[in-house]
Order: sequence, then structure tokens, then C-alpha cells
Amino acid sequence: MLLELKHVSQSYAARKVLCDLSFALNTGDIGCLLGPSGCGKTTVLRAIAGFEPITGGEIVLNGERVSAPGFIVPAEKRRIGMVFQDYALFPHLNVAANVGFGLHGLSSVERNKRVEELLQTVGLEGSGQAYPHELSGGQQQRVALARALAPCPNLLLMDEPFSNLDVELRERLSLEVRDILKQQGATAIIVTHDQHEAFAMSDMIGVMHDGEIQQWDKAYNLYHLPESRFVADFVGQGVLLPGKMLNADQVEIELGTLHGEVSGACSSEGLNEVSNNGGEVEVLLRPDDIIHDDASPLLAQVEHKAFRGADILYTLRLPSGNRVLSLVPSHHNHAIGEWIGIRLEVDHVVAFPLIKSAGS
Amino acid sequence: MQRLPVYSAKAPRTGAFTFKFRLPSAWVLAALLIAMLTLVPVVVVLSSLLTPEREIWAHLVEYQLPQLLTNTFWLVLGVGLGVAIIGVPLAWLTAVCEFPGRKQFSWALLLPLAIPAYVTAFVAIGLLDFTGPVQTLAREWWGPIEFPSIRSRGGVIAVMTLALYPYVYLIARNAFLTQGKHALEVAQSLGLSPTVGFFRVALPMARPWIVGGVMLALMETLADFGTVAVFNYDTFTTAIYKAWFSLFSLQAASQLASLLIVFVLVVLLAEQQTRKRMHYTQTGKHSVQARIQLTGARAWLASGFCLIVLALGFIIPVTQLLLWASEVVEQDLDARYLDFFWHSLALAAIAALLVGAVALLLSYSARQHPGFLLRITARIATIGYALPGAVLAVGIFIPIAWLDNRLVAVGWVQSPLLQGSLVVMLLAYLIRFLAVAHSPIESQMQRITRSVDEAARSLGVSGINLIARVHIPMLSGSLLTAAALVFVDVMKEMPITLMTRPFGWDTLAVRVFEMTAAGEWNRAALPAVALVLAGLVPVLLLTKYRSK
Repeated sequence: MLLELKHVSQSYAARKVLCDLSFALNTGDIGCLLGPSGCGKTTVLRAIAGFEPITGGEIVLNGERVSAPGFIVPAEKRRIGMVFQDYALFPHLNVAANVGFGLHGLSSVERNKRVEELLQTVGLEGSGQAYPHELSGGQQQRVALARALAPCPNLLLMDEPFSNLDVELRERLSLEVRDILKQQGATAIIVTHDQHEAFAMSDMIGVMHDGEIQQWDKAYNLYHLPESRFVADFVGQGVLLPGKMLNADQVEIELGTLHGEVSGACSSEGLNEVSNNGGEVEVLLRPDDIIHDDASPLLAQVEHKAFRGADILYTLRLPSGNRVLSLVPSHHNHAIGEWIGIRLEVDHVVAFPLIKSAGS
Repeated sequence: MQRLPVYSAKAPRTGAFTFKFRLPSAWVLAALLIAMLTLVPVVVVLSSLLTPEREIWAHLVEYQLPQLLTNTFWLVLGVGLGVAIIGVPLAWLTAVCEFPGRKQFSWALLLPLAIPAYVTAFVAIGLLDFTGPVQTLAREWWGPIEFPSIRSRGGVIAVMTLALYPYVYLIARNAFLTQGKHALEVAQSLGLSPTVGFFRVALPMARPWIVGGVMLALMETLADFGTVAVFNYDTFTTAIYKAWFSLFSLQAASQLASLLIVFVLVVLLAEQQTRKRMHYTQTGKHSVQARIQLTGARAWLASGFCLIVLALGFIIPVTQLLLWASEVVEQDLDARYLDFFWHSLALAAIAALLVGAVALLLSYSARQHPGFLLRITARIATIGYALPGAVLAVGIFIPIAWLDNRLVAVGWVQSPLLQGSLVVMLLAYLIRFLAVAHSPIESQMQRITRSVDEAARSLGVSGINLIARVHIPMLSGSLLTAAALVFVDVMKEMPITLMTRPFGWDTLAVRVFEMTAAGEWNRAALPAVALVLAGLVPVLLLTKYRSK
């Protein structure tokens, strides 16, 4: 384990910012903290970097305790590289001097060699003499990355690294940066609110909400096997449909009975609570769980449609009035109001105990 | 590994009332000390308002106050209206319209800032007085005619307006530029003509800036000593000077100063109030958009207006100065001028270093301890720009003289040590010009984001190295600007230098004062040319920044 956070918490005055946060990252892995703004993800990053103290738990880097309540190894002693949202390049230094800023105790020849090497890695060879303000946003981002990687840090932290770039560049650069990190064998943590960025770049993703990590998992599991309603809602699209749990691997909903191991909060541990509830649950249905099939006897009415090029995302109204989403190849072009045939194709059954709202 | 005591305050509080006393850091103490230094003369002068000396008051009320109050009232009103009436249209024309020469005028109209108002004053008198070239020529051509006297209330107001309108021009222009043409275009799309749009949209939007600029001009008006002295137009500053140096009554001087400071504080409060509103009304970035094209007579009117103001405020005075100076340069420029130059340069350089360093300290401590305390401390420490030099001279001399007497009384020194030294003068410069140095440094400091510091730290650079490798280089431009601004301001400064200089420390400004007091305009022109040359430096700095 390169990095371990054990029950880390932090609070300002009475306000809790981080709450009993634990996760670990292996050498060479890229982790990601994903969550809406204000969920505390940047605070976690800054606590790992050593810019923020913690008020509970501990942070262990390379087997050495670096943060605990009332104790903090200062940022400059941690060998943790950081790429800031605004890049924070030094405007008075040229690109080469920016990249070489953190290289201490090297002869100028060695230093120049390392700088040249890194500029090549990030695709900026020959731009060493330029000043930051002469570069585009994407180029500044690369300089910031090269500067952070130059002293071979234990760990690289990136705070919303692509948020200042336009969408197209963002996608291209995120894949490129992943390649660079993997090639350098760097361990990194990225903070973002953009799930596509998180999916594209990281090996492990922690979904954060209200200062807690809801689930620390691979992208595939976050999408298909979310452990909480928040994760189910925040990652990907989908709806929750009421259903009844028949037994540990059967759930009945209005579109039929789903078979298979039930995960989510209604997996084996959550089951007791559910059966006390008379088995009433809500089942997560992703747009790819609902297949359009003209031959199917199950019908739903088109309420909205969003053309997306290769496919159309239909919002369908079931006879009961509930709505589901369906992703359909775009040559199946149906008009709003039309009734179309659908069938279920659910590989992972995800169910949560029904929360009875106070009014009904 | 080390413990960081800074963070201990954030540890969870266990008891209901855990009161922790932390010693304030050196940064906080330094900033508080600077603010106290600024407050001392204010408090000293104000306290003499609370302890009025019956006899002196009776004398003042009977013989001086009515005249001083009337003079000050008309001066403030006249200059306030004057700078707005000249400054705002010029700002509008050069910011939003297009006409022949607009680009050149937009920077040239700042040039009058380079001439100290007292220089414009003696040039105006020299030119327009009964014996001056203008009236003499007119009499030759048309025979005896009556001219209104330049040595009048109108004359002072006109001269001050020409010297101070750039404050309003500069700030209002900035406002018109930042509000962009969008606002006007919206007005047009809603059916308002550009002229109506100006009065209903652009002008109200720019009002906080315009008021701010006028307030700055009024502070200068209240602080002015040289101009009113040349015109023999008695205001509080000249009365303070006379009370101290002709009547040798420091008490009368401080009583007068206490009244003046009340007016100044009122203006200061108004100005700080408008500053707050500037944040609200700021709408857009610098937008480069099509200007309103003026054609035909309107274009020539615009050019003509700019040219007249520029001619009256800069071209004619400078030409006249050069003519006079060339008349006397051979006989007058002797060894004494080496002394005047040397004293001016030495004082300005020492003050620039001192004030620059203190401003840096103030700004850096606010960076180290962000929060209300240091924000308000910096605010207080920099109110000196509003305090008239004559008031500062009195407000610093009194406590220093007291300190001197204490030192003599306890037998530490034989004779008064501080009051005859440079200390009083430098302290007064420091307080008066701290804001001048602080504002460029502070604005640059704020542009160094926290993440720049953190980036350096994550790369293993902290403490002194961080300051030397990141902060100082990033601030170097503003440090130079700050030093240059203070340097020039001190060179031009008249009342503080006049009232607190040690024996023999005559400077160029003092020379101007002495020559104008004797009515020898051409001999005053020689040192004045040097001051104008120095004064061009900050104007060039300003235009450089604006073109960025």
C-alpha cells in the first residue's frame, strides 16, 4: 500500500467537512475522488498533500504516518506532486524553469536533461523558453503536469485538472495524461466532478457525498453494482421503480420478475430490514436494461426523446404512470405519444429498501 | 517531522469555555505597529479639538475662521464641480467615442498630473497678471482694458481644476471602459438614443467611480499648500503654516489642524463609501467594441475640447516654464543647485526605500494572516493619503517634541535629539505616501494565488526560499512602481518638507516656494522644470499599465 487513509475526519468549528474516510491506493494505481461540488473531495486531496490538518484518523504514506490530529508533516517534506485547478504556474519563470523548479541538488546539466525529458514526455519539446502566458490552456496544463512529475514524487495529486479546458480537449488530454502517468509508473489521485473523466482515467474511484466516501470501487461496479442510492443516482442515468422482494434472488416489478443475485443495500446483509418492511423495495433500472422490441407484448408510451446521434434516449411512461428510460439505436425513430414494445434485460439486479415518504 | 502550533487552534474544543491566548505573530505585530503609527498624528491633532485653548480659540474665531471657512467652502465646491465638468466628458469622449487624435489624447490628457499644482499656479500668475506678457500684449494692441484679476478665487479654482481633473478623468474613463458598450447597446435596443443612453445608463453606472475621483481631487484640494500659498488665498494649510512659523504658536497650528482633519475625515469617509459601491456596479471585462464615430463638427468639437484642456493644463505651462528657465539658467544654476538636487534626490530615495519596505511588510503580513483583523489594519495604516501634509507635520512634531523633552528630562540626552533630525520628516512621508506604495504591491500580491505558494511547497520550496524564489520576483514590477511613485511624490511634496526639514535641507520644492514667495517666477521655473521631469515618470508608468 502506498497511501492509506484510516478513518480520516476533519471539521471546521462545528461543521464536519470529512467524516470517517478510509481508502487505500496501490503503487502505480490511479485513484479518483468523484462527487458533486462541496462534497469535500478537494479537502481530502489537500489533506493528503499536507495543506490541511485533519482532526481525526490518520494518513499513512509509504508506511510512514504523515497526518494525524495535531500532527502534520509539512507539504514540502512529503514529496507529493500536485497539479492545481488553475495550474499555478510561476508567471515570472519560463517553461523550463517552471519544470525544473522542484529539482534540488542536481547539476545544471542533469537538471536540463531531466527538464528536456519531461517536456518531451508531455509533448512540449522545444517550448522551454516560452513563458506561461504565451501558452494555451492545454499547454499550461501539460507544463503543470511536467513540473509536478519532475522530482519523481511519491504520489501525484490532481485537482479538477481539466475543468478549465473545453470538452473536446478535456477528453483527449485525460486519456493522454493517463498514458503519461502509466508510462512514468506514477501513483496518482484525481479529483473531479465529471464521471466520464473519472471513468477514462482511473483504476479505482471513490464516490463522495457530504464528506463521506459512499463507495470505493472500480468504474464497472459503480455503474452496475452501486451500494447506495446516492451512487446509483450520481453515476450514470436510471430510474428507481417500486418492486417486491420475493426471496434473496427474485424481485418482482410491474414489468416482470427479475432473477439473479440481488445487490445494493438489499444484498444479504440488508435483507432483514427489507423483509421487516414486507419486502417492499425500489429497483434500479438503467437505460440499457430496457430493450426496445416491437415483438414484445409489454407496451410503454413515448413521453420525451433526446436524439444523441448513434442512439435515442427515450423517456417512457408505463401504464401505471411510472417512467423508465431506454437507450435505443437511433434508426428506431418513434414519435412522442406512440406506444412501443419493450422488454427487460437486467444482468445485475440492484435494489434498495423503499423509503416511505412522510405524506403517503 | 515537526509539530505545527498554528493548527492547534483548530483542534476540537472540549470544554464549554476553553479560552486560549495565543501570542500574535511577528507579522501581526508589525502590521498593528504601522497602523498605530498612522493613527498617532490623527489622534494627537484631534485631541487638541477636545482641549480647546480659550484664548487661541477666541482669536481664531474672531480674526481667522470666517475667512478660512468661506475660502475653503468655495474652493472645495468650485474644484469639485470643475474637475467633474472637465474630467467626465473627457473620459467619455476618449473611452467610448472616436474622433481625430483620440488615441493620443487618451494618454496625453494625463500629462497635467506631472506638473505640481503649485507650479501651474505660479505659471498662471506670471502669464496672466497685470504685468504678465498676455495683458501687456493686449494693452499694446487694444489700449487699456480691464481684465478680471487672476489672483482671485476664480483663479485658484481654475488652476486647481486644471491640475486635478486627471483624477476624475482616469477613474471615470476606467469605469466607462469596463462597463463597455454592452450597456449602451442594450439601451439602444430598448429605443434610447446614444445621448439619452449616456445620461440614463452610462453616467449612473459610472457614478461611484466619478464620485470617488472627485473625492480624491478634493482630498488633494484640502491638502494643498503650495497653490493657495502662491495665490495668497488663505486656507487651513497656509494658516497652519503661518501660525507655526510666523506666530510661533504650535497650539494655534494644532487647533487649526484639528478642524481641517475633521473635513478631511468626512471626505475620506465618503470616498471609502463609494469604493464599496464600485464592486457592485462593475459589470464586465474590458470589451473591445465599436466606438461611437463622431463626424463633422462634432468630431472637431471633441478634438478641440481635448486640445484646449491639454494646452491649458500642460502645453502652455511647460512651454512657459522652459522659456523662463532658459532665461535664468546661466546666472542661476550654480553650486547651490547641487545641494537642492542632492537633498531632493536623497530624501526621495530614502523615503522610497522606507515606504516601499513598510508597504511590502504590511501587504505580506496580510497575506500571512488573511482575515478581518489585518484587512482593517491595512485599511487604517493607509489612510494617510488623505491627511494634509501640514496636519501631519503638526501631528508628528508634537509627540516627537514631547518624547525629546522626556529624554532630556530623564537625562538620556543633553539636548533635543529627534526634532531637528530627519525622523519627523521621514515619518510624515511614510504616513502620507504609504497608500501610494501599498496599492500596487497589494494588488500584485493578491494576484499571487494561494495555489502558487502551495505548488512551490509541494515541490519542496518553503520559508525564505519561497519568498526569494517566488514572491519577490513576482512582486518586483510592483515594488519598482511603488518606489518610483513615492520617489516622485516626495520630490514634489511641499508642506511637510517646508515645515519639518532639518536646518539647511533645502530641496527643489523649497526653492520653488521661496522664489514664488518673492514673486520671481522665472527663477522658480528652474527647479520646477526638474520637478516636472520627475513627475513624468509616474504618468508614463500609468500609461504603460493602461495600455496593457
